[in-house]
Amino acid sequence: MPTVSLEVKAISAATTPAPGMKEAPRVAKLIDVSSCIGCKACEVACQEWNDLPPSVDRPFTGSYQTMPDLSWNFWQLIKFNEILRGDGRLEWTMTKYQCMHCADPGCLRACPAPGAIVQYANGIVDFVQENCIGCGYCITGCPFDVPRLNPQTGRVSKCTLCSDRVAAGLEPACIKACPTNCLSFGTKEKLLLIAHQRVEQLKERGFPNAGVYDPPGVGGTHVIYVLPHADRPEDYGLPKDPKVSWTLKLWKGPLKWLGHLIVFGGILGAFVHYLRFGPHRAREEDTGK
Amino acid sequence: MTNGWTDIANADVIVAMGGNPAENHPVGFRFVMEAKRKRNAKLVCVDPRFNRTAAVADHFVQIRTGTDIAFLNGLIHYALQNGRYNEEYIKYYTNAPFIVKEGYEFDEKEGVFSGWDESKKTYGDKSTWDYERDDQGYVKVDLTLQHPRCVFQLMKKFFARYTPEVVAQICGCSKEDFLKAADIITSTYVPAKAATFLYALGWTHHSHSVQLIHAAAMLQLLLGNVGVAGGGVNALRGHANIQGGTDCGMAYHNTAGYIPIPKAANQSLKEYLEAHTPKPLRPNSMNFWQNLDRFFVSQLKAFYGDHATKDNDFGYHLHPKLPEDPQTGKPENWSWAFIFDAMHQGKMEGFISFGMNPVNNGPHSRKVIAALAKLKWLVVVETFQTETAAFWKPDILKLVGLKPEDVQTEVFLLPAANFAEKDGTFTNSGRWIQWKWKAIDPPGEAKPDQEIIARLFLKVRELYQKEGGKFPDPVLALNWWYTNPANPSLEEVLKEINGWALTDVPDEKDPTKVVLKAGDQLSAFLQLRADGSTLSGNWLYIGVYTNAGNLAKRRSTEDPTGLGFFHNWSFNWPANRRIMYNRCSADAQGRPWDPNRPVIAWRNGKWVGDVPDYKADAPPEAVTTGLGPFIMLPEGVARLFVPGQFADGPFPEFYEPLESPVKNVLHPSHSSNPVAVVFQTTQYDKLGTPDEGYDIACTTYRLTEHFHYWTKNNPYNVQLQNEFFVEIPEELAQKKGIRNGDMVRVISARGEVRGRAMVTKRIRPMVVNGRTVYQIGMPIHWGFLGRGKQEGGLANILTPTVLDPNSFAPEYKGFLVKLEKA
Repeated sequence: MPTVSLEVKAISAATTPAPGMKEAPRVAKLIDVSSCIGCKACEVACQEWNDLPPSVDRPFTGSYQTMPDLSWNFWQLIKFNEILRGDGRLEWTMTKYQCMHCADPGCLRACPAPGAIVQYANGIVDFVQENCIGCGYCITGCPFDVPRLNPQTGRVSKCTLCSDRVAAGLEPACIKACPTNCLSFGTKEKLLLIAHQRVEQLKERGFPNAGVYDPPGVGGTHVIYVLPHADRPEDYGLPKDPKVSWTLKLWKGPLKWLGHLIVFGGILGAFVHYLRFGPHRAREEDTGK
Repeated sequence: MTNGWTDIANADVIVAMGGNPAENHPVGFRFVMEAKRKRNAKLVCVDPRFNRTAAVADHFVQIRTGTDIAFLNGLIHYALQNGRYNEEYIKYYTNAPFIVKEGYEFDEKEGVFSGWDESKKTYGDKSTWDYERDDQGYVKVDLTLQHPRCVFQLMKKFFARYTPEVVAQICGCSKEDFLKAADIITSTYVPAKAATFLYALGWTHHSHSVQLIHAAAMLQLLLGNVGVAGGGVNALRGHANIQGGTDCGMAYHNTAGYIPIPKAANQSLKEYLEAHTPKPLRPNSMNFWQNLDRFFVSQLKAFYGDHATKDNDFGYHLHPKLPEDPQTGKPENWSWAFIFDAMHQGKMEGFISFGMNPVNNGPHSRKVIAALAKLKWLVVVETFQTETAAFWKPDILKLVGLKPEDVQTEVFLLPAANFAEKDGTFTNSGRWIQWKWKAIDPPGEAKPDQEIIARLFLKVRELYQKEGGKFPDPVLALNWWYTNPANPSLEEVLKEINGWALTDVPDEKDPTKVVLKAGDQLSAFLQLRADGSTLSGNWLYIGVYTNAGNLAKRRSTEDPTGLGFFHNWSFNWPANRRIMYNRCSADAQGRPWDPNRPVIAWRNGKWVGDVPDYKADAPPEAVTTGLGPFIMLPEGVARLFVPGQFADGPFPEFYEPLESPVKNVLHPSHSSNPVAVVFQTTQYDKLGTPDEGYDIACTTYRLTEHFHYWTKNNPYNVQLQNEFFVEIPEELAQKKGIRNGDMVRVISARGEVRGRAMVTKRIRPMVVNGRTVYQIGMPIHWGFLGRGKQEGGLANILTPTVLDPNSFAPEYKGFLVKLEKA
C-alpha cells in the first residue's frame, strides 16, 4: 500500500497555481465487477468510517439494492441489475457506484467556491466542507451524477476515497471491508496491470468483450472497473462515454479567459487611454460653472 | 467440513448446492474467488433461485426446491455410466466391493426398501440392510467389483433410473443444463483434479436431508474427491461457533465428542460400553471407536472429579440418561421440534432459552407460541429482547388467538454479553478452534454465558444442599473446580475440555516408562486411559491446550506447502489435522493422486505432510488388507451403502417434500419420504395440498445483510434490508396482477404473512412432469421486534412441522403456499 502525502494539484476557483506541488504516486481503486457478490460490506464500512447516519426508513427499492440512489449520507451504492442476455443467460450484476475521482474533475471545474474542491497530486478529488457554499454547480458539473446536497447543512458531499486514511498510509474503508478482493487499492499503474490480467482471464472464461473502464473523456479516473461486458457499461449503471460537459469546459476554459481578457482588456484600455490622453477633465458646462 | 475454508482455494471445480456461500459466507467465499483466479476453477451453482452465488458462477442450474437428491443421483448415474469414477479409490477406500446380504432389495415401483411394512407405514425389519459376513464376523468383499450383490453393482442398478431425462423431468431444469453441470463436476474423477461441494441449510432443511448429504458424499467418493486437497463434502456452518456447539454435545443424543448419550436401558457402564463400542468389520480395521471407554471414562472424570471412581463406575449412575418412551420402547426424542411438541402437550414445566429464539426459529411459529403459553416459567438469555421473551405481548399472542391475561407463564429475560463482549473460542466450519479476545465490556447488567450458567448452577446446588431433593447427587457431585466458581475463566474451561493426567500415566507397552506425569496436559488421543487416571471434557479437542499452552491462540501465517494448511494457526481438531480422511489423497502405494497437491505422502517409512488420518507408521499397502483410511468406522472404508444406520434406507432415494406441487414421478404411491416425522398432535400440525389451492412451492432463506434475528436491532443492517419481502417470478406476478413493491399475502395451511413483492427474473417458472410450477421464496429475518418495519413479517409462521427421520431437522425449504395481492 503506498503511503501518500496529500500534495495538492488543483483547487476550485483558484487564481493561482496550487502550492507545493511535487510528484506523487497516483492512487486508484479497482472494482472487479466479475467478483462482486453484492455483500454491501463496503457500503457499511463507508458509512461507519465517515460517520454517516443510516437511513433505517429508506423506501423499498424493489430489488436487493440498498438505496434507490446515492445520497448525502450514502456515498457508495452497489447497483443491482437483472439482465437477460440474448442467449437466454441471466446475469445479476452488482456494481459499486461512487465518485470516480476523475483526472479532469468536472466538479472542480464547475465549483465557484475557493478551496471547496481540492484535487490532490495522488489523484483524489476531495470536497472541503467548510468552504462549500452549497451552490450545487459541482452536481451539474459531474458527468457521473455523484455529489449530493445535504439539505440540513446546505453542503455537498461525496466519496473522499478516504483521503484521511490514505494520508495515513491506510487503504480506503471499503477496500478494507471487501471479502472477495473485488476491490483493491494501490497505484494506478499497478492496478491497471492487475485489471488487464483479470480481463484476459474473463476473456478465456467466455466474456470476449471484457475490458477495463477508465474513461478517457474525463482524463481517466482513479476508480477503475473490470467489466465482463465492457462494450455495454450502461448495463452496470456506468455512462458509456462520460465527458466534462462542453459548456463547462467553455465556461471555465476559453470563456473564462475571454472574460478575463474583457475585464483586463478594459482596465488596460483605460490605462493606455490615460497615458495617451491624460486624466479626464470635466467639461465646464458639466460642472455647472 | 471434511476440509477447511482455506482449502477451497485448491479446488478445480466448486459446487455450491444446498447452500448460498456468496450470500451467507461472504468472507469464506474469498477462497472460491481465489480458486477461480489462481486455478481457473469453475463454480457450478445449483439452486431454486438465481442467487448471489449464481451471480458469479460459471454455470447455474435452477432446480425445484426439494429435488436435490434427484439431481445428485443423476450425477452419480452419469459418473457410473460414463466410467467417470476412480476405480482404485472406490476399491480400497469405500465399501463398493462389500457384499450385501441376500434379501436386500429396493422396490422401484413402490419406492421402498426391503423390510417395509405397508400396514404400519414403517420399516419393521431392517436386517437386510447389512453386509454378508464370514465366520469371524468380518465382511465378505469382492475386489473385482463384479459380484452381483456387491455395493458397486447394487449402485449401478439403483441409480440407473436417474437418467438426464428423468432428472430434468423431476427438477424442472433443462436436460442440457444438467448435462453441462454433470460434465463439469464429473470431470474431476481424474487423479489430478478435485471438486469441492459446499452445502449448508439448503440441504439440511428437508424431510430427506441426511440422504441428500449421503448422495453428495457418494458422488464425491466415486470421483475420488474425499480426503484430497480441494475436495471434500463441506458443510458451511451458519453461526460462528455452531461447529463448537455440535462438537461439545449440544444435541440431545450425544455428549461432547459425539459420545452417545447414555440410555435408560443401560444401567451400568459395562452395559453402556457393550452397547456402543463397535466391533471391527475388516481384519485390520483401526475401528477407533473401540476407544470409547477411554473417551467416556475420562469425560466422566471431568464431570464428576473425585466422585468418579473405579468402584462406582466412574459416576456413570450420576450421568443423565435418556428415558425410554413407554409407548415405543425406544429412547425418547428430545430434538428441537419434539421439545415444542412435548411443551404443547403440557409435558414441560419450564424452558431455558439460551441464545435461541424459538418463536422465530420455528418450525411453525404459531405452534411454538402456543407451546410457550403452556409453560409455568420461561427463562430467556439473550442480548436483545426477542420475540420469545415477548411472546406474551398482544400482537404476537394473537397469532394463536390468546390474550396476555390468558397466559400464566412467568418470563425472565437475562441480559447476556454478545460475542465481542467475552473471550473464549469459536470453532469454525473447518474445525479450527480459534481463540478470540474480548473487545469491550458488556453493557449494564449483561453477563457472559459462563457466569450466567455458573450462578444458576451455584444457586441450584445451594438449594439441593439445603433442602435435599429427589436425586441431589449429580448436582452435588459435579466437578466445579474453577478458580472463580461464579464466573469460570474460559481458559480453565478449555484446559479441562482438553484434559490432563490425574496421576502418572505409564506407557501401555512398557509400564516402566511414564507417558505423562500427573498434572500434564494431554496431547494425544491415546494418552487417555479408561482407568480414571486421565480427565478430558472432550476427547476430540485433545491437543488444543497442551503443556505448551493454549494453542487456539496461535496465529502463524506460515504455509510452507502453499496448500493453505497453516498448521500453526489455531488448533484444528482432530489432532491438528487440516484435511480429514487424508490417507485417501494418495493411492494404494502411497503416491499422492496429484503430485502438485500432496496432502500426505509415504516417505522414508513415515507419512509426511498434513497430520496423517491413518496409523502413523502403517505402510501404504496396509490399505489393501483391511487397514482402511476411514479409521472411525468399523469398516475402515467410507459407506456408499449405509448398513442400517439411517432410518430411510441404505441408498438415497428421491422423495418429494411432504408438501409438494406434484407427485413423485418415480413412485407416486410413496411420493414423499415414507418415514419422515410428521407431527399430528396439535391443530398447528397441518399439511396443505395443491387440490386445496396450495399450489406454489415456497422456500425460505437468509440474506447477507442480516444475521438471523439479531441484526434487526442494528440500524446499519436494517438500512441494508429494512423490510420483509417475497421474491416472486415475473410470470407469476403478472398472472396475479402483482407489481414490484405491492403488498402481498402468502398463505400456507398453517398461517399467513404479509410482505412486499419483489418481482424478479431470478426465479423462473418450471415445467415439471408436464405442468407449469411456480416457486417463490422469502428471507427469514423479520418478526415483531427491532428497528425498521417488522410488522410480523415472520417466514416461519408458514413452515410445516415435518422432520427428517435421522437428523430431525425441519423441512423449512420446500412447502406449499397460496399467493395473493394484499
